[in-house]
Amino acid sequence: MSFTPQLPPVAKLEQKTVIDLVANGKRIDDRTADSYRPLQIQVGLIEKANGSAQVYLGKSKVLVGVKVETGTPFPDTPDEGVLTVNAELGPLASPLFETGPPSEQAIELARVIDRGIRESKAVDMKSLVLLKGKKVQVVFVDIYILDHDGNLIDAASIGALAALASAKLLKAELKGDEVVYKPGLHPLPLNNHPVAVTFAKVGKTIVVDPVLEEEQVMNARLTVTIEKNGNICAMQKGGLSGFTQDELKTIVHLAVQKAAENRAKILAAAKG
Amino acid sequence: MPEPKQPEKLIDDKGIRIDGRRLDQLRPIKLEVGILDKADGSAYIEQGKNKILVGVYGPREAHPKHIALPDRAVLRCRYRMAPFSVDERKNPAPSRREMELSKVIRESLESVVLTDLYPRTTIDVFIEVLQSDGGSRCAGITAASLALADAGIPMRELVAACAVGKIQGHMALDLSDAEDKYGEADLPVAWVPNANLVTLLQMDGILTTSEFEKGLTMALDACKTIHGMQQEALKKKYLVIKEVAEEREETEVVA
Repeated sequence: MSFTPQLPPVAKLEQKTVIDLVANGKRIDDRTADSYRPLQIQVGLIEKANGSAQVYLGKSKVLVGVKVETGTPFPDTPDEGVLTVNAELGPLASPLFETGPPSEQAIELARVIDRGIRESKAVDMKSLVLLKGKKVQVVFVDIYILDHDGNLIDAASIGALAALASAKLLKAELKGDEVVYKPGLHPLPLNNHPVAVTFAKVGKTIVVDPVLEEEQVMNARLTVTIEKNGNICAMQKGGLSGFTQDELKTIVHLAVQKAAENRAKILAAAKG
Repeated sequence: MPEPKQPEKLIDDKGIRIDGRRLDQLRPIKLEVGILDKADGSAYIEQGKNKILVGVYGPREAHPKHIALPDRAVLRCRYRMAPFSVDERKNPAPSRREMELSKVIRESLESVVLTDLYPRTTIDVFIEVLQSDGGSRCAGITAASLALADAGIPMRELVAACAVGKIQGHMALDLSDAEDKYGEADLPVAWVPNANLVTLLQMDGILTTSEFEKGLTMALDACKTIHGMQQEALKKKYLVIKEVAEEREETEVVA
């Protein structure tokens, strides 16, 4: 069951500072409304994963690992591989996170990233089939939040794309009933590059890439995931209030622009 | 029940959909208010083959106590699909999809409920999908706001919800199960009319920005229609009660 979350107490004065700054075209960390925090991406830190990426988005820090293993396909898609996205919001990342089964925030985060990858058909699922209906390759995308300073969705989306784009796997083939791996690594086939862009409505102003202080006072949040041709492939609204129709139009157009900027950075980092 | 086969075309040459609707046409909607005996408020919706029942309790004492908030009521929401509500039996254990939908549905309702009137309490919304036919989260929201009103919980206004989608390259209102499954995109929207706020917005599939803008306008127009139906459904129950009360008063005066 989902219930109204208890937000950490933020001093009224601090709340007011954050809201007033945004209302006057400024932000608590000296950015403009439409700019991201500094973005840093490192790939290949985890040697045992097929692909990995560590992302710093300002002080938010996310590690994404991609593992590819053999498994069975879903009965309704016998001629496709399997994609699984999971997110861990562990207590080391923030005093707001607890141990235990995944929270609704973690589930939402993983599902939004999953939707972007799946709906843009980023991973070539047909190429993952070894034996139709019986054996396929399963792509696991595991998102580890290491430090939470706001906008985890974008940090995770950037990390997931960088990890997938830099993933290398052995060529798997079926000999009889057994899967044999041929030597030599090749890249994971990617057909698209979805990038999530998240906006927050603070007071009456829309800002991109909200920092934690802004998330704590925002009215609502909207994530728009844009694929490589500039089309929308996933959206998710969060937060207790909402957006007007005009605000949504503005957001979607800005998202296309911001996604293109971030995509170029991600692909450059993934190439190494 | 075996799954129905994929239809050859979702739209025929005359622009008519598999269930005979035009692109901008809603499925038939039936709304009923106050149909459960024990819940504080309840509502039932049929939209196409969707059959959804919503029960509301509250404001009541928060359980467990630690979730209570000192300055407002906690809104709790559970969206659940019955195992028999879909073609292939759904495992009754809560799925990740249900957990996500419970969250976004709660967030679509939060801004209309006057939670600050009832600190330290909970207001509970239980949405049970008895049969699902595409667009069940939206139908659930439409019924949930009626059930909240029926429970007498002070609200700013009712929330109406409806999905649009893309089938065979065209934006179409209120997708059915088959259209959702074989179509290209799904865009559920919830709208608070007087505040002019979109409080639920999700999307999966591929849409251009202009398709999104067109779809949003279609969805908001449909929400206006549904909002009118919601008001009628409430009046239907409470005007009858008022008439009965007035009749009783008259007879008492005569006696």
